[in-house]
Amino acid sequence: MELTDIIREENLVYKKSPLLTDNVMHYCPGCSHGVVHALIASVIEEMGIQEKTVGVSPVGCSVLAYNYLDIDWAEAAHGRAPAVATGISRLHPDRYVFTYQGDGDLASIGTAEVMHACNRGENIVIVFINNAIYGMTGGQMAPTTLVGQVTSTTPRGRDVKLNGFPLKITELLAQLDGTGFVTRQAVHTPAAIRKTKNALKKAFENTKKEKGTSFVEVVGTCSSGWKMTPAEANRWMVENMFPKYPLGDIKDI
Amino acid sequence: MAEIKLMKGNEVIAEAAIRCGCDGYFGYPITPQSEVMETLMLREPWKTTGMVVLQAESEIAAINMVYGAASCGKKSMTSSSSPGISLKQEGLTYLAGAELPCLVVDVVRGGPGLGTIQPAQSDYFQATKGGGHGDYHLLVLAPASVQEMNDFVALGFDLAFKYRNPVMILADGVIGQMMEKVQLSEPVPRWSREDIERISGDWALTGRQKGRERHISTSLELDSYKQEIFNHKLQAKYRLMEANDTRHEELSCEDADYLFVAYGSSARICQKAMQLCREQGIKVGLLRPITLYPFPKIPTRTLAERVKGILTVEMSAGQMVEDVRLAVNGLTPVEHFGRYGGVIPTPEEIVEALKKQFIGA
Ligand SMILES: Cc1ncc(C[n+]2csc(CCOP(=O)(O)OP(=O)(O)O)c2C)c(N)n1
Ligand SMILES: [Mg+2]
Repeated sequence: MELTDIIREENLVYKKSPLLTDNVMHYCPGCSHGVVHALIASVIEEMGIQEKTVGVSPVGCSVLAYNYLDIDWAEAAHGRAPAVATGISRLHPDRYVFTYQGDGDLASIGTAEVMHACNRGENIVIVFINNAIYGMTGGQMAPTTLVGQVTSTTPRGRDVKLNGFPLKITELLAQLDGTGFVTRQAVHTPAAIRKTKNALKKAFENTKKEKGTSFVEVVGTCSSGWKMTPAEANRWMVENMFPKYPLGDIKDI
Repeated sequence: MAEIKLMKGNEVIAEAAIRCGCDGYFGYPITPQSEVMETLMLREPWKTTGMVVLQAESEIAAINMVYGAASCGKKSMTSSSSPGISLKQEGLTYLAGAELPCLVVDVVRGGPGLGTIQPAQSDYFQATKGGGHGDYHLLVLAPASVQEMNDFVALGFDLAFKYRNPVMILADGVIGQMMEKVQLSEPVPRWSREDIERISGDWALTGRQKGRERHISTSLELDSYKQEIFNHKLQAKYRLMEANDTRHEELSCEDADYLFVAYGSSARICQKAMQLCREQGIKVGLLRPITLYPFPKIPTRTLAERVKGILTVEMSAGQMVEDVRLAVNGLTPVEHFGRYGGVIPTPEEIVEALKKQFIGA
């Protein structure tokens, strides 16, 4: 059998969303960012809201997200994406506005912006990629870095006396009256990927229903930063990250 | 019919914003400019023109909300005073780097640090030399009256969109707080979707419509050669501003032997000092820069060729004087007189300073 006999319309089980550009992604093998990008692209495509969506990319590994999703984008300063999204959403109330942020961006330098955007109940979606490390700058400690986890700025492991505790910001945000939907997901298995996609879809649908801020955390891997193979990183995430950051909906009203 | 009122400078900023069709104001309280947001909240323009007014959690958030709104091609603005403007520098350099138009009002107070809530002009360097990181400039307008607080709001937005660059109104606590007669501008409607399409259709984030490329507001360029090309483009833009939108005013300069150079409220005080000088037979003129960036170099140089000395008067330890000296380039002596830390100079002490520097007691 020839390859062309297999590659046929009727055999198609999956295809790249047309919203994903053909640009080669700069992400490392095993990185979660690319999978989440693909999910957001599919959700926007399925909802038919490409012309109505504006993304806000952060400072972090996903700073170049705008190269991969064929929608309008604003690139924000480090941590300020929720404020930028507020400006866009307030002046374009009929648009779907989302931020896409890492743990350093959202839970460290941008803590105030995310807290207050959620507390105001900005009608936006916040996608939070928690890989427990600063991927882009070469693997330094993040607010979500686990106790004992080795990073380039915690070479002997995170010590709570020195560095405090891993920040469960998602649980904090769920406490705020402005958030309508707060969930924590992952993308390490096909089943998890499907769940994350459903969560993202619900989040974007909530924008239409004006249900306040929707917050989707995705616990992800950073095999380069963690200095593991992609398979090891997935295992390490399941064994170490999930107990601290349990998956599931935290708030859904 | 022209609407003439007695109003505070800060209130006028708010009124002018509504009347010029501003789409969004984002602010954080700080003395001596809190009346801007307070006036807007009282006026509730979202019920009339649809203008959005939002109290942000910090100046950092406010300027980033402006960044988001400006990305959409909307007329957006913020206002603050010195410590708050320091916090906005990160946002301002991102706005300049992404070539986004917006208006920022700085009602300057004395520093450094928390300093004083009294008026000062000690943030000239910060306003005109970039303020944040990277080779960039804001276009800076310096009002010297409540009337100019009104006029420069619409002018500021015009220039911001003309150059796709942040514009700053650099006022001070005197101009912000004082009440004067003002002729308010005729209200104009906010831009419609079609207007934005026409004015900013090639870059504004409106949602990627079929048939066009996606729009991206970003200041990131990882390729240094491309970044250099972008920097050249910015510099070319600043040269254009310099050629076409440098503004200044000359008072009694025709027969002047000496010259005051002063902006904002210092220029107002210099007018009185000038009168006192002339009563004593000393012929003094006043050059008032209206744009501080671009600085009116050519008029300064032209006058420098004719006068025996120049005294810059600033409510600072001497900042604008450096630009005056650069423009004059040794043609005539340039000296500085300043009061600072929130102290306002009197006309009499300005006269004394001129005499001491150039005439001898
Ligand atoms: C104001 C500022 N401080 C620091 C940096 C450097 N920096 C770039 S990305 C980053 C951390 C990103 O980590 P995270 O948000 O977790 O994203 P990831 O790369 O892991 O996806 C830092 C500190 C910056 N660009 N700007
Ligand atoms: Mg990270």
